[in-house]
Amino acid sequence: MLLYHFSEAAYPHLPNEDHYSSIRVELPNEIYDPEIGAKLYRERLDEWCLADELGLNIMLNEHHQTATCVVPSIAVFGGILARETKKARILQLGNPVGNRRDPIRVAEETAMVDVISGGRLDCGFVRGVPYEIAPANANPVGQSARMWEAIDLIVKAWTTHDGPFRWEGPNFHYRSVNVWPRPLQSPHPPLWMPTFSASTARELARRKWVIATMSAGFKRTREIFDAYREEYRNVHGAEAPMDRFAFLGLGYVADNDTDARKGAEGLMWYLQTNKVAPQYGAPPGYVSPKQAVAMRMAGSHDLGDLRKPDVDVQTALGNLYWGTPDKVAAQTAKFHEQVGGLGHLLLMGQAGGMSYASTASHLKLLAQEVSPHLEELGRAEAHAAE
Amino acid sequence: MGVFDCRGVELDGIRTGDGPPLLMLHGAGGPGSLGPAIAKLADQFEVLAPHHPGFGGSPTVDEISSVDDLSYLYLDLLDELDLSGVTLMGFSMGGWTACEIAVKSTARVARLILVDPVGIRVDGRPDCEIADIFNVHPSKMPELVFHDPSLAVLPADMNEEQQLLAEQAKVAAVRYTWEPYMHNPKLRGRLHRIDVPTLLIWGASDGIVTVAYGEEYTSSIPGARMVVIDKAGHQPHLEQTDRFVSEVLTFAQPALAAE
Repeated sequence: MLLYHFSEAAYPHLPNEDHYSSIRVELPNEIYDPEIGAKLYRERLDEWCLADELGLNIMLNEHHQTATCVVPSIAVFGGILARETKKARILQLGNPVGNRRDPIRVAEETAMVDVISGGRLDCGFVRGVPYEIAPANANPVGQSARMWEAIDLIVKAWTTHDGPFRWEGPNFHYRSVNVWPRPLQSPHPPLWMPTFSASTARELARRKWVIATMSAGFKRTREIFDAYREEYRNVHGAEAPMDRFAFLGLGYVADNDTDARKGAEGLMWYLQTNKVAPQYGAPPGYVSPKQAVAMRMAGSHDLGDLRKPDVDVQTALGNLYWGTPDKVAAQTAKFHEQVGGLGHLLLMGQAGGMSYASTASHLKLLAQEVSPHLEELGRAEAHAAE
Repeated sequence: MGVFDCRGVELDGIRTGDGPPLLMLHGAGGPGSLGPAIAKLADQFEVLAPHHPGFGGSPTVDEISSVDDLSYLYLDLLDELDLSGVTLMGFSMGGWTACEIAVKSTARVARLILVDPVGIRVDGRPDCEIADIFNVHPSKMPELVFHDPSLAVLPADMNEEQQLLAEQAKVAAVRYTWEPYMHNPKLRGRLHRIDVPTLLIWGASDGIVTVAYGEEYTSSIPGARMVVIDKAGHQPHLEQTDRFVSEVLTFAQPALAAE
């Protein structure tokens, strides 16, 4: 199993939540101090570089107009880390191409990152959370269809090598697509997508993409993975390989339970700090009218405890891994079993105001004392599958 | 079968009353937002009030995704029904649709009534003067829409079916009006083509598009006249129904007298 370090690169120096209406979309950027922001960027990049030195992999993401994730361009971080790191896989999870006006730009940026990194890019595509709609001015109606058209166009752009082709689709129009550079990996970087939906899982199985669930707990993850496995078996006549499955959780390793608990509490910032004004949390058309009404009647989300900022709740759900290395290795092995196996564990090891020192300490233990157990786990699975 | 069948597109809606034809095009709030004015006008007119695709009982149609598409749909409907001398009335987004129809052809249209229409830009500044109903906090909507905000029906006051209709209306409105938001940048330059008598009815307290916007709208249509109704917001037909109906009947008097 491969391990990845992830941070949303938040800006944590915020006023009390009562003093703003929404951390997403409309929080004035006068709150953001660029001098502090520069220091935070350096720390987060240093953490990813350390992860690389330690033999871990890197996960990046992108959000807009929010203090929770000051990464409006996944390409910029991808480009920096392509140059600064040596061995790590660089997972972009992902590029919000349903919200992007220009998919060819994404094809170019990702190809550049792949070439600069020597073929270490894993390219994820995401539909994007509802509060990304307003910053992108992306019509929520038809967003999914736009995303899939953009993806098909990007893959064609990466894999066409004999000069320009035309693309007059329902949503995107180009008369001369011919990207330079082309990706280093052939035919193109591995493709990933996160999802909460079994129907998307089946689509990903048909395409043989890597599927990721994000803080979905072991129960929901199992359901989604099983939908993928079933479709994969039906369409391709074989079992889906373990490396098609990924999970994003929260993780903090320390050499004693007290420090580990403190780290785990720090990670709860990500769940605590998400005050979103209703008009951005549920733009009309993002989900079907029926789903929107059901969600409203159920009281905002149908996610239940999955977003509850409580260490014990998140641990029980299988979203949070914390403790001494042995304990985290055991939690991970248990999750692996609960979801029917997975090949990639993505762990948010930094959130909110957690310091470089705190995250670095976690990363060292994760790489040196947890990772060997997981490699063993992966090998055992591979052996059993033969 | 829908109430209206237009070249294979079936539309739910209301066709009621007896008299000269009155085509009523509802706004982004959906057909329910037409309120009691339909019944009152059906005393004098044959009222045709289709639900736009995606609203009310009309299914979404993939090929119909803009107000321009709606305008062709209704031009086709007028042909299918072989109507003439039509009083064309549109509310808000439906007013925009009525203008998109009238700049293309008034062959079957005798007069135009626009009720707090959107659809044009008047000041040219990038911070658009049309209130952004998709990005505003839901608690602010009643005061934008109503003179008396207590008249607003909130989701908490609705049963599940009503909520579903309201949500469908929002999604359909997003589909037609998202970008450019609630207007066609080229429409104002085409309004000079409207060659039938035109009345604009405006709620004095409209917070979606103000009276000043309405005055600019009126001045862009040759010979158009505007009536401002006090103690009414974006939906004067709901807040001042009797006054609204009276203005419509006065304006449409030539058609009614000819019957």
